[in-house]
Amino acid sequence: MKYHINHLRELEAESIFVLREVAAQFQNPVIMFSGGKDSIVMTHLARKAFFPAKIPFPLLHVDTGHNFPEALEYRDNLVEELGVKLIVGSVQEAINKKLVIEEKGFNASRNALQTAVLLETLETHKFDAAMGGARRDEEKARAKERFFSHRDEFGQWDPKNQRPELWNLFNGKKQMGEHFRVFPISNWTELDIWQYIALEKIELPSLYLSHKRRCFIRDGVILAESDYVNMKPDEKIEEMVVRYRTLGDMPITGAVLSDASTVEDIIREIATTRVTERGGRADDKRSETSMEDRKKQGYF
Amino acid sequence: MSMENFISLEEYQKMSLLRFTTAGSVDDGKSTLIGRMLYDTKSVFQDQYDAIKATSERRGEEEVNLALLTDGLKAEREQGITIDVAYRYFATPKRKFIIADTPGHIQYTRNMVTGASTANLALILIDARNGIVEQTRRHAFIASLLQIPHLVICVNKMDLVDYKEEAYEKIRSDFQGFAAKLDVNDVEFIPVSALKGDNIVNESENMPWYKGTTLLYHLENVHIGSDHNFIDCRMPVQHVIRPYNDDYHDYRGYAGRLAGGIFKKGDKVMVLPSGFTSTIRKINTFDGEIPEAFPPMSVTMLLEDNIDISRGDMIVRENNVPEVTQDLEVMVCWFNERPLQPRGKYAILHTTQDVRCIIKDIRYKVNINTLHRDEEDKFIKMNDIARVVIRTTKPLFVDPYRKNRNTGSIIFVDEATNETVGAGMII
Repeated sequence: MKYHINHLRELEAESIFVLREVAAQFQNPVIMFSGGKDSIVMTHLARKAFFPAKIPFPLLHVDTGHNFPEALEYRDNLVEELGVKLIVGSVQEAINKKLVIEEKGFNASRNALQTAVLLETLETHKFDAAMGGARRDEEKARAKERFFSHRDEFGQWDPKNQRPELWNLFNGKKQMGEHFRVFPISNWTELDIWQYIALEKIELPSLYLSHKRRCFIRDGVILAESDYVNMKPDEKIEEMVVRYRTLGDMPITGAVLSDASTVEDIIREIATTRVTERGGRADDKRSETSMEDRKKQGYF
Repeated sequence: MSMENFISLEEYQKMSLLRFTTAGSVDDGKSTLIGRMLYDTKSVFQDQYDAIKATSERRGEEEVNLALLTDGLKAEREQGITIDVAYRYFATPKRKFIIADTPGHIQYTRNMVTGASTANLALILIDARNGIVEQTRRHAFIASLLQIPHLVICVNKMDLVDYKEEAYEKIRSDFQGFAAKLDVNDVEFIPVSALKGDNIVNESENMPWYKGTTLLYHLENVHIGSDHNFIDCRMPVQHVIRPYNDDYHDYRGYAGRLAGGIFKKGDKVMVLPSGFTSTIRKINTFDGEIPEAFPPMSVTMLLEDNIDISRGDMIVRENNVPEVTQDLEVMVCWFNERPLQPRGKYAILHTTQDVRCIIKDIRYKVNINTLHRDEEDKFIKMNDIARVVIRTTKPLFVDPYRKNRNTGSIIFVDEATNETVGAGMII
């Protein structure tokens, strides 16, 4: 078949189309950049969509203050290379200003605070579309998400009242004060992302590849030693050979034992893995509907 | 997933993408069928499997209920129904599949239409014990209305009719009789038991009389190469790329996704609505220049002449132009609780155009169970399908939906609430 493109290129074309729609339909869009592989691929696609012009959106990073240093370094280098503006929404600042209150205890996490800071940052900068690297294969609530996801003035997601999305026609019309979340890589799976990273030779934060790290085990999850985690007396630090499948905050993101040191190794590893990607995320383990509940409140 | 699921990058680049939609109610075994497909293609992870196993045990079920793999939102689990379209993914070494899993109740026609709009194939489930029911007719009609190129009829629960050929044959001939009234070309029938796994991924030993393929084999091999229109060249301009830097001083790139045809470098083209003509100087992508572009690629086109082009314009071939018109006949599926207003004004989106329209006339409403055209009842409420006449504020560049799903489709938007209230297919 001569006139045929493979499925990765078809996904790429779809994402580029969505990114261009955002540029055309919104006044003040922004890319939510976490430093994770999905937002890296999304940013790479944005670069392709507007080439040879610069990406016409700034990057927004919600900094919980509990990030892996490697992720921050990667972020700063990328921003410089792309020549785009970086906006940081700081959870630490919000805590200092007493806009939000930090959780206490051993499993304290700043995950929930992210939502408040994200919404505040979107409001301050009057962003009307925030693009995220969420994928529908990640989680059951995300399986029902639209490409163009309408949010009311409180930033909330109403799963029962979503706009139908047909063909290639994306309705970005909204009232004053409302905004959209846009998910250009909705239809990509974890494996698609990795194969694409290999194909395009996209550079990633070193955390995704196998490395030695001082870790401990809590409730079956391998956590990194850091200043942000309170250890229990019976928890022991050990040096392990690990890598990360997703990047969240240090206190809640579990590592996997792995000696996969190239992207190809990772693809091989995923093919044999028995646990889903978010299986190591303590934020999803809080309840069966934790993602759904967080999304309704305005999480991305 | 197991080791046999490893696909090298080289092989991965040979895979194609098939989007299909499934429709059916809880009782059809739709969730079981999807769960079975995910499980038998080893697309289920251990933690997901453990979770549904625990739930099955808690509910006192004897076997692991694979339907639970498709469980959705809180309200859906509580009520045991599907509210919205859910998208699911799996892959084999040949293809990647995107399932638009839509609920089948009468009040969710809009979800079925939504799922169908991007599908290459529709999978319709029929309970072997019940045969063709109202819902089957509705699904088949929507598949034909939305011009899904391929249809697969799974006669499910064959285990409950002792795997008898007669039961299958009866349904097959009944359906063919009904389908003769519809606009569907490629229909395939497969007798299956989603619960027992017959003919889903693995061939059934219980139905030696069936000589066809399994469902998965069919999904992997159905020919989708001709699903796009490669004849009529259409590129709606999405965005104009102007870098404003020294390296690309006079660069004006017209970015868009091909909606039809094959454009080549050097082709004579015409731009609508201006009617100006020019020649393609270059077809550009981030990865370099390409000699030709075709659907569903996203590219950037550069022309020889400096003409004024903006979003909403369409690049076409001089000798093959779409209809340029403000008056359209449209089959509309209504999505909103507020009924369609005769003489009402709506915003409409078509390709990259955003215009307004007035509903000039409602010709008839279609009874989607009998296909009867009702010219008296012009009260079009949620989930109704009707033929309407509209006039737009600006000319649109359209093809009949039958010829091109990209240039033949529109959505209606309520100007007060901004909700998407209807989907239209241009006749």
